Amino acid sequence: MRCCRVVGPLWAAAKHPAFAGRPLFVVQPVDDKGADAGASFVAIDHVQAGVGDKVIVLTEGNGVRQILKMGDIVPIRSVIVGIVDAIESGTT
Amino acid sequence: MYLGIVTGTVVAERKAAGLEGKKLLLVQPVDEHRKPTGDVQAAVDTVQAGVGDLVYLVGSREAALACDPWFVPVDAAIVGIVDGMDVPAPAPKPKKS
Repeated sequence: MRCCRVVGPLWAAAKHPAFAGRPLFVVQPVDDKGADAGASFVAIDHVQAGVGDKVIVLTEGNGVRQILKMGDIVPIRSVIVGIVDAIESGTT
Repeated sequence: MYLGIVTGTVVAERKAAGLEGKKLLLVQPVDEHRKPTGDVQAAVDTVQAGVGDLVYLVGSREAALACDPWFVPVDAAIVGIVDGMDVPAPAPKPKKS
């Protein structure tokens, strides 16, 4: 899973039926200090996240299929599964 | 999943079994400001996208699951055409002093 910041929503009329009714967001991976880390990507929302929220994003299909309970043939790979309240990062 | 811009089409007469009749497009992965990220790739199209469209794709095994039948040898599939995005404007480049 990755820690990300929600950048903003995106919408699409023409999409695969598995995405029907699912909110889509652009998310930006961040490091433990909150700085951007890596390229942004697209995720569907499962926890009513909002723009600017720091979230946990599941980026692996098997876990996604377990969460969505839509059967075994779901072409979705990234899902927002948690809203981060706080990160405590140890100093090394 | 990630964003991309369709830049062209790919035509291949000889394809692996399962790929017959699948439309292949060239896609440049981009970020939310349409800035290219990474190399151009070929992706199978499931939503009738066209050249110039901003789309989102799914990679790896889930790409095959986007196709019907789902047992096909692909690792990138276009699964939606982006109509709009509500993202903040990119930060201006720092001026050279």
